[in-house]
Amino acid sequence: MLEIKGLRASAGEKEILTGIDLTVKAGEVHAIMGPNGSGKSTLAQVLAGHPAYAVTAGTVTFQGQDLLDMEPEERAQAGVFLAFQYPVEIAGVTNAYFLRAAYNAIRKARGEEELDPIDFLDRLEEKLAVVEWGPEIMQRAVNGGFSGGEKKRNEILQMAVLEPALAILDETDSGLDIDALRIVAKGVNALRRPDRATILVTHYQRLLNYIVPDFVHVLSEGRIVRSGGKELALELEARGYEWLTGQTEGAVA
Amino acid sequence: MTTLYAEAFERSTRNGGGKGPAALVARRRAAFDRFASAGFPTTRDEDWRFTPVAPITRVDWRLDAGRLDAGGLVSAAQLEPFRFGQPGWATLVFVNGRFSPELSHRPELPAGVSVEPFAEALARDPEFVERSFALVAEPDATAFSALNAALAHEGAVIRVAAGADLAEPIHVLHIATAEAAGAALQTRTILSVGQGARAQFVESFAALGDGASFTNAVTEVTVGEGAWVEHSRIQRESESAYHVGLTQVEQGRDSHYRSFTLAMGGAIARHDLRARLGAENVECLLYGLYLGRGDQLVDNHTVIRHEFPNCRSWEVYKGILDGRSHAVFNGKVFVTPEAQKTDAKQTNRNLLLSDTSRVDTKPQLEIFADDVKCTHGATVGRLDEIAFFYLQSRGIPRDEAKQILIYAFAAEVVTEVASVPVREALDRLVQERLGIRA
Repeated sequence: MLEIKGLRASAGEKEILTGIDLTVKAGEVHAIMGPNGSGKSTLAQVLAGHPAYAVTAGTVTFQGQDLLDMEPEERAQAGVFLAFQYPVEIAGVTNAYFLRAAYNAIRKARGEEELDPIDFLDRLEEKLAVVEWGPEIMQRAVNGGFSGGEKKRNEILQMAVLEPALAILDETDSGLDIDALRIVAKGVNALRRPDRATILVTHYQRLLNYIVPDFVHVLSEGRIVRSGGKELALELEARGYEWLTGQTEGAVA
Repeated sequence: MTTLYAEAFERSTRNGGGKGPAALVARRRAAFDRFASAGFPTTRDEDWRFTPVAPITRVDWRLDAGRLDAGGLVSAAQLEPFRFGQPGWATLVFVNGRFSPELSHRPELPAGVSVEPFAEALARDPEFVERSFALVAEPDATAFSALNAALAHEGAVIRVAAGADLAEPIHVLHIATAEAAGAALQTRTILSVGQGARAQFVESFAALGDGASFTNAVTEVTVGEGAWVEHSRIQRESESAYHVGLTQVEQGRDSHYRSFTLAMGGAIARHDLRARLGAENVECLLYGLYLGRGDQLVDNHTVIRHEFPNCRSWEVYKGILDGRSHAVFNGKVFVTPEAQKTDAKQTNRNLLLSDTSRVDTKPQLEIFADDVKCTHGATVGRLDEIAFFYLQSRGIPRDEAKQILIYAFAAEVVTEVASVPVREALDRLVQERLGIRA
């Protein structure tokens, strides 16, 4: 589904990704872990097309298409979804309007018929149940005055509605209490299907108790320094990152 | 310059302007004298620093345009788009400054509510008009308002008696047609709301065609003790027209006044909104939206005077500027020594869509009381790239994302309009103007 080869990316003068190779097949869940500043969030944002980063080398192929050649909206239309680490507040636009605009933009790009507000509401109801929200949240401005946990839940709601082929979660678990974490995990697990894949970018092992990954990769200084199965995450929890990165940083759990 | 206006004043006095109680006639003359001695402002005047009015003042306007034959210039169908789709609302229509009985709609209203053109009100209750005319408005507010006091003898006089509750807005609709090109239209509106009453007003200034007319409008609003008033002012004149307006508000104890002003027409459009919180426990909410494009110059000046304790004022003005348009915002909040426990917040936010648009913004607080909570702030910015990316990352194309973000910026103030039909109509109007697909 996704094949990353020799990916290097910079923000301004500073090179952050220094050569990423990663293959994600349909049906798989990959966890990307690593200390702060290792480049894991940058990787997630580069895949979604964040304008702050320039790709300087390498290729990314998504379902046979050159992902790097696509605008951010084309990537979304093709089935890539990034759950933001810091979701953006958009005052003046209701959650309902925003979600329907996104859903219909994607349908339109795929040559499917757009849904009117009534039909969309029907669809929304079952998705709201996934994140255990009532319909009243839809009349609030997008992330307007939301708590950190609410913002992350809203990302999961968007993901549930848009049903991406590849979901990339950028530290969605950071700062969540156990209840919110459970809801996020429920959303991700509800989306799992043999023809879809998930990349979880996380600093902590905790999320992986709820969403069991097939592969765990450790990033350090912009490249993958170790890959393994879910047991690697447990090892990181016990030993920290230093033994892999040569840097000192606190425990992972 | 003044010869033209002096002659017009004498002519006006011989016609409608000379009618009514002697005090009223004398007040008009005093206003004219003030105008004649002060003259039009220039950019050397602090209040007009960024707004050169020379394009207005150097024109020899036809000043008796109120006598343009209003009959038959506008059909009911042409007026329809400006009625907010609400044919049932009490509506006074003025065509080129002149009252049009045929186009107006004057349904049965609750007892104590009257909606009349100026001449009718003057004939029926001259004492009321004398008590209300050019007394709420500060006599020397602007040279334009003094000129208006001297010359205006057309307009609306609306009285809502104590305790009356208006379910629907009353609409005062000014239309300038192509025939108004070269004419100066002076209109005066008096809105008087009694104790404990509840009322909504809409004032529209609209155009058919793109004639370069000059509207000089003054509105005086009295909000009685404990009354609730919503006042929407929609300036959508032709983009070749000139518009100068003053709205002056006087609030009584425990009253609530909320205003929404939309300015999107005019080559040069200036509106002064002045509110005096003249008693305790008053709430005053001022929302504004101005949209500029092409070479438009849009100027909003507001003054809020806190003179008594325990009052609250809340002001949010937002602007969206494209092309080579230029916006000016100047907001003053005065808090006198008596006005303890004042809670005042003033915000001006501007969105620039082009490299050639420009904003001069100056929020000001002048506080002479020590136990108050007053804040102000102004921003001028562009669309946020991160917000763009967020929308695009959800599959929304960049063009559409831009529309959504611009609309969102405007919607933040439009949503503050309490009246649902007014809000919905404004929403459509703003979307249409900004080229946003619903």
